[in-house]
Amino acid sequence: MARTLSNKIDFMALRKPAVIMSAALILLSIVSLFTLKLNVGIDFTGGSIIEAGYQQAVELQPIRNALESKGFGDAIVQHFGSASEVLIRLVPEADKDKAELSSEIIGLLQEISETPIDVRRVDFVGPQVGEELTEDGGLAVLYALIAILIYVAFRFEYRFSLGAVAALVHDVLITLGVFSILQLDFDLSVLAAILAVIGYSLNDTIVVFDRVRENFRKIRKKTSLEVINISINQTISRTLTTSFTTLLVLLSLFFLGGEVIHSFALALIIGVLIGTYSSIYVATTSALVLGISRSDLLLPEKEGEEMARP
Amino acid sequence: MVNRYAPWRYILLILVIVIGAFYAAPNLYGEDPALQITHRVNLIDDAELGNIRSLLENEDIDYRSIELDGNNLLVRFDSEEKQLRAATQVREALHDSDRRYSVALNLAPATPDWLTTLNALPMYLGLDLRGGVHFLMEVDMGSAIEKSLQRAAGEMRGFMRGEKVRYKAVQTSARDVSIRFDSAENRDSARLLLEDEYRDFEFVDSNDDRSWFTRVSYNAAALEEERRSAIEQNISTLKNRVNELGVAEPVIQRQGDERVVVQLPGVQDTVRAKEILGATATLEFRLVHGSFAEWNSTAASGKAPIGSRLYTQSDGSPVLLKRSVIVTGDQIVGAASGIDQQSGTPDVTITMNSNGADRMARVTRDNIGKPMAVVFIEDKFEFREVDGERIRHRTTESQVINVATIRDQLSKRFHITGLDSTREARDLALLLRAGALRAPMVIVEERTVGPSLGQENIDRGFLSVMVGFVAVLLFMAVYYKVFGLVANLALALNLVLMVAILSIFQATLTLPGIAGIVLTVGMAVDANVLIFERIREEIRLGNTPQASIYSGYSKAFGTIADANITTFIAAMVLFGFGTGPIQGFAVTLMIGIASSMFTAIFGTRAVINLIYGSKQVSRLAI
Repeated sequence: MARTLSNKIDFMALRKPAVIMSAALILLSIVSLFTLKLNVGIDFTGGSIIEAGYQQAVELQPIRNALESKGFGDAIVQHFGSASEVLIRLVPEADKDKAELSSEIIGLLQEISETPIDVRRVDFVGPQVGEELTEDGGLAVLYALIAILIYVAFRFEYRFSLGAVAALVHDVLITLGVFSILQLDFDLSVLAAILAVIGYSLNDTIVVFDRVRENFRKIRKKTSLEVINISINQTISRTLTTSFTTLLVLLSLFFLGGEVIHSFALALIIGVLIGTYSSIYVATTSALVLGISRSDLLLPEKEGEEMARP
Repeated sequence: MVNRYAPWRYILLILVIVIGAFYAAPNLYGEDPALQITHRVNLIDDAELGNIRSLLENEDIDYRSIELDGNNLLVRFDSEEKQLRAATQVREALHDSDRRYSVALNLAPATPDWLTTLNALPMYLGLDLRGGVHFLMEVDMGSAIEKSLQRAAGEMRGFMRGEKVRYKAVQTSARDVSIRFDSAENRDSARLLLEDEYRDFEFVDSNDDRSWFTRVSYNAAALEEERRSAIEQNISTLKNRVNELGVAEPVIQRQGDERVVVQLPGVQDTVRAKEILGATATLEFRLVHGSFAEWNSTAASGKAPIGSRLYTQSDGSPVLLKRSVIVTGDQIVGAASGIDQQSGTPDVTITMNSNGADRMARVTRDNIGKPMAVVFIEDKFEFREVDGERIRHRTTESQVINVATIRDQLSKRFHITGLDSTREARDLALLLRAGALRAPMVIVEERTVGPSLGQENIDRGFLSVMVGFVAVLLFMAVYYKVFGLVANLALALNLVLMVAILSIFQATLTLPGIAGIVLTVGMAVDANVLIFERIREEIRLGNTPQASIYSGYSKAFGTIADANITTFIAAMVLFGFGTGPIQGFAVTLMIGIASSMFTAIFGTRAVINLIYGSKQVSRLAI
C-alpha cells in the first residue's frame, strides 16, 4: 500500500480545514483547562494516598464510616483494580498535613479489618513539595521547548524551528485538554508522558522537515506548497509505520502495565495520535505561513550531505 | 556495486554483542533471601564468621553460603522462612554482647562468581519495584539556628561573668541574642570584649530610656556554616538510626540546602520507620527547685521564681526545675533498655561521655539528698493557616518522666525509670544511642511501596515489555520481510544493550524507567523504518538493489541523527529538571536512543551487507 502513496494525496489542499480543526481543538482545550481545570493528583496539590490490599473483597461503607468517626470525613474511599483493594485519598487540610496521618489511617484500617491488611502503597506529598513539583514540571516543559527551539533553528532555519515548536505546543495543549475534558487523573507520571510526547512529536516533525529541506534543494521548479506536499507524501508511510509500532507497545503498556502506569500510557497514546497528525499538518503549515521558501535553505549548504555517511 | 563492511566493523559488532550479553547476564539469575550483618565500628573477621556459622548449625538452620564481603557478613538461605528464623536468632545472640551490630534482612543477587569478579551486577531496582520507603525530610533550620544561639548565649553569659562585665540580662530569640546593660559604658566595654572573643557574630547596638542593648547575630559566613553543620549532623544521626533499624542498602543523601532523602529498601513496618526517623525525643537532667508548696503556687500564678521553670510531671502535677541543665541528651553515648530489678517497670541504662560523666559526678556529689528530674523532650509539628499561607508550627513538649532523690554520686552509668512501656523504653534507648537530631526534621514527602506491589510492578512491567516487543517483531517481519527480520535482530540486541548499560552504571530502574524501555522499543524501530522506506523509494526510482541499499542508509542517516539528537536533548532537559519518576524515565530514554542508533544503523547494515552485500541480487526482500 505504501508503494502507491507517493505524490498521490494532496495533503496541503486540506490545510485550511486542518487549521480550523486544530484551532478549534486548542480553543476547546484552553477553555476546558480554565473552567474544568486538570484533575491533578496529590503530586501537585499535596495530600496522601493509601492503597491497602485485603485478603477478601471488602465493603467500602464501613471504612468510610470508620474514617468519618475519626474526623476524616472528606477522605475519598474507592476500590482500586479489584474489590479486595482499597484506595484512600486525603485532600490536604490546613492543620492536618502530616506524614503521620497515613500511619493513623493504616492503624484504623487494620483495627476494623478481621484479617491482616497489606499496605501496598503510601504516597504523602507535603503542600510545599507539591508546589515545587508543579513549578519544576512546568519549567521542565518550558526549558525542553526552548532547547529544542534553539537546536532546530541552528540545524534548519528559524521558521522550521517556530513550526516545530508550534506543533509541540499544539500537541501538549490538546493532550492536556483531553485530560481536562475527560477529568483523567493527572499525576507526575502523566507529566513525564507529556514530556515524552514532546520528544516523540518532535522526532516526527524533524523527519518531515528534513525531507522538505532536501526537496527544496533538489526540486527547483515547484512552489513551496508543492514541495511540502511532495515531502509529506514521501514520508507519510514512515510516519504511519512508526506511529503504529509505537502505538503497539503503548497499547501493551496500557492494558498490561498495571494501574500505576495506566495514565502514563494513556497520555502517550493520545499524544502520539495528535503528534502524528500535527507533524503532517501543523508543523509544515506553520512554516509555510511564516513564508518558508527555497532560498532560505540554500545558504547553509552541504551540511546535510556531509553528515550523510553512516 | 557491492556493499561490504571492513572486517574490523564485524569484530567491533561481535565485541559489543559479547560484552553486552556478559553484563546483561547477571539479570537472569534471581535473588537469595539473605542476612547482612555489620558492626558499626569494627570490621567483622573470620572468627566472627565462625561464631555465626556455629550458631546457625546449633540452631539447625540450613544456609546456602556464608561469606565476608568487605564490611559485611552475608549469609544466604534458600527460603524466607529460614532467613527470618536466622535473623531472630542471630540478632538475639549478637545484641546480647554488643548493641552495635546491625542485622538486616536483604535480598542478595545470586550472581555467579565468574560474573561478579568482572563487576557484572544485576540492574539496581528502584523502590517502586523492590518495595520500600522513600522519605524526603526537611530540616527545620529556624530552630537549628535558635538552638545554637541559645548555646552561644549560655557561653556569653559565662564569658562576661568571667571578664567581670556587668550585664543585666541575656535573651535569645529566633534570630539573635539580645544583651541588656544599665549604662552605655558597660555595654561598650562588653561589646569590645565580646567582639574580640566571638568572631562569628555581628553586633548591633540600640537603647531606650533606661537600658542599653547589643544584639548579637551570626554573620553571613557563620550562618551558612551553622546551616551546613546542622544538616550534616542530622544526616549522620539519621544514618545511625537507620543502622539501628537494620536496613540493608539504605540511601541517605542531602538534597538541596535543607532536605535529606532517605530510602529504605524492603522496610515493611513504615509506621515505625517514620516514628524513629523523625523522632526528636531526647533527655535532660535537671535539679529540682523549691518545695512542693512553691510548685503549686507557681502553677496557680504562672510566675516561676528566677532561675527556675515550671514543668509538668507524667501524672499532670506541676514541678519547678532549675533553669541550668546538668547534662543533655547529646552527652549520652550509650543506652540500653531493660526491666528495672526492683520495680519491675521498663528502664533505660545510660552511659555518658567523659564530659557529661564529670558534670554529672560533680553535681550529684554536691547535691546528695536533693531531688533530680529526668525531662523527656519532644518537638511536635502542626500546620496552621496564617493569612492564607501555610505555616509550619513547632511546639516543644517537655515532660518530667521521673523525679528521684540523689542517694549517691552518679557517674558514667546509671538507670532511669518512669517510662510507660517497654516499647517506649526501647525506642528511647535507640534514639539516645543514635544521637539527637541537631534540629527537628519533618517528612515533606513519602512514597512507600509494599513488597507485594513491588513484585507485581516487576511482573507487569516485564509482561508489557515482552508483549509490546513481540508485537513489534511480528509487524516488522511481516511488513519488511528479510529486512524486517534483520531489524528484529537489532531490536533484540538493543534490549540486551540497554539492560547491560543500566547494569554497568547501576542506574536505578523504576517503573517509569520500564515505560521508557517500552517506548524506546517502539521508537528504536523508527530508524529502521526510515532506512527501509528510503530503500524502497530508491528501488521505485529504478536503482539497482545494491545502490538502493547504499543510498537508503546514507540518506536516512542525517534524518535519524537529527531526530534522535533532538529527542536526546529533550530527555536531557527532563533529567536535569525532573525529579524521581521523570528522571528514571529520562535515563532509560537516553540510553535507549544511544544504543538504538548503534544497533539500528550499524548493526542492521552489517547484517544486510553480509546477506546481500557481496553478491549479485536482482530483488530485495523488503
